[in-house]
Amino acid sequence: MSSHHSHIERHIEPRWMRNAFIAASVGFVGLLILLPVISVFTEAFRKGVAFYFTSISDPLAMSALRLTLITAGVTLAANLVFGLAASWVIAKFSFRGRNLLLSLIDLPFAVSPVISGLVFVLLFGAQGWFGESLSRHGVHIIFATPGVILATIFVTFPFIARELIPLMQEQGAEEEEAAVLLGANGWQTFRRVTLPNIRWALVYGVVLANARAMGEFGAVSVVSGHIRGRTNTLPLHVEILYNEYNFSAAFAVASLLALLALVTLAAKTVLEWRIRVEERSVVMENVMEEVA
Amino acid sequence: MTRLRQHSVIPGFGLTLGYTLSYLSLIVLIPLSALSVKGAAQPWSQFSEAVFDPRTLAAWRLTFGTAFVASLVNAFFGLIVAWTLVRYEFPGRRFLDALIDVPFALPTAVSGIALTAIYSQNGWMGRWLQPLGIKAAFSPLGIVIALTFIGLPFIVRTVQPAVEDLDPAVEEASSLLGASRLTTMWRVILPALQPALVAGFITAFARSLGEYGSVIFISGNMPMKTEIASLLIVTKLEQFDYAGAAAIGLLMLVSSFVLLFLVNVGQWWSTRHLRRTA
Repeated sequence: MSSHHSHIERHIEPRWMRNAFIAASVGFVGLLILLPVISVFTEAFRKGVAFYFTSISDPLAMSALRLTLITAGVTLAANLVFGLAASWVIAKFSFRGRNLLLSLIDLPFAVSPVISGLVFVLLFGAQGWFGESLSRHGVHIIFATPGVILATIFVTFPFIARELIPLMQEQGAEEEEAAVLLGANGWQTFRRVTLPNIRWALVYGVVLANARAMGEFGAVSVVSGHIRGRTNTLPLHVEILYNEYNFSAAFAVASLLALLALVTLAAKTVLEWRIRVEERSVVMENVMEEVA
Repeated sequence: MTRLRQHSVIPGFGLTLGYTLSYLSLIVLIPLSALSVKGAAQPWSQFSEAVFDPRTLAAWRLTFGTAFVASLVNAFFGLIVAWTLVRYEFPGRRFLDALIDVPFALPTAVSGIALTAIYSQNGWMGRWLQPLGIKAAFSPLGIVIALTFIGLPFIVRTVQPAVEDLDPAVEEASSLLGASRLTTMWRVILPALQPALVAGFITAFARSLGEYGSVIFISGNMPMKTEIASLLIVTKLEQFDYAGAAAIGLLMLVSSFVLLFLVNVGQWWSTRHLRRTA
């Protein structure tokens, strides 16, 4: 997303104006965004390094970390399989209703976090559509791990598919057609031809989905029931500690999530560069074909 | 099946389409229709009581009002930031550019408690605002700050490409015709950026309406005063008032769908309009 154009110096604004714009931008972003990031880490270490490590190695923090990792793992696997299937059918075939399918995949982006949790409570909660019959059979989804996972899958639903579809559409189906005509079966074609072409976009989608899966708060908060040691994820654990006025411990756990966000942003920058290389090679091939 | 699609030698159409549709229905379509049915299939009196009672009305006013103010602040500063990032070369430009994405990546609960710590009366900002008689945390102003935080990337990342796509020839023509730089910026550049700015504004506004994690810590959550609509849904669910929660949720869902639909129509219209004038 970052700017990737050559910087032609076109300073025609008067110098005072240019300086005022730079000062306003740096001041606004510094106060609004940088300050909170710094404060997470200073608040986390306010009571010292020893307290910090006690807070993040607390058994309840550990069980929250475990649930967060399990949730992210299941979510990513499920949405990865979906992303590959959806991008394969949308990018390699042309069929009626393809654009409608594309818009439906984007739908969860337009749904706010609390509503993303609410829909599952309406289905599986105590007074939901299937709630009573499920609880009669001893199946618990809301206020249990499956609900947390379902809500997380919902909010990260479009992430991977959305990275893959435009790239695969750009790449077209010629290489796959050639592979099939040369005798490769579907799986071989996918593994040997398609996958190498999309690997960086795939990693990119997984990285973004992972950040959201591990950090999701609103949707998970509605379905989890906040049962300590059982249905608490890391962000929910932060909330509980904070509401108990255990601020330093809350910020210590929050600093782990902030670190994850910073690593994600760094990975995103590197991957965007790799994907541009990937795309450029596609563009070059198309140009070469036209020239030939 | 062959009628449905053009012929292709590539295998896997039936399998991948079937899987995509089933997964989409199970995870997205059925849950969303549960909300629509549960929200809409109740007597009007019950629906309107859930959606228009005084406490909920106050929450609507607060949610829409703070989202509007925050998006307006972001439209102003976001435009300046996007312009600065594209047009000027200065030390730290790349770092500033990377910072814009932080609200996308930082979990909302983390930004929520961090903003609260900064703007409460002993915080880094709060201690300066307190003597001025400005109460930031636990007031509507705090909600505006949180929504400004989460909304900024939506505006900057929408306006940035539009600044990159500006045709330098138009600016040059304007200055050759004798316009001062200020006139060019006001009369030529700003109108060209307007569609992107409006699209960014509406996207940030729509996103702010449903924001939860970054708001509930700094808002204080006092009924009638600092209680947002999302929190009201959570409160109703805790009281097992599913129908009431669904009614509010449905209205929020419809508002954000309408807003995002407007953005799409606007983009479609402006590309068509631009093509015709070109």
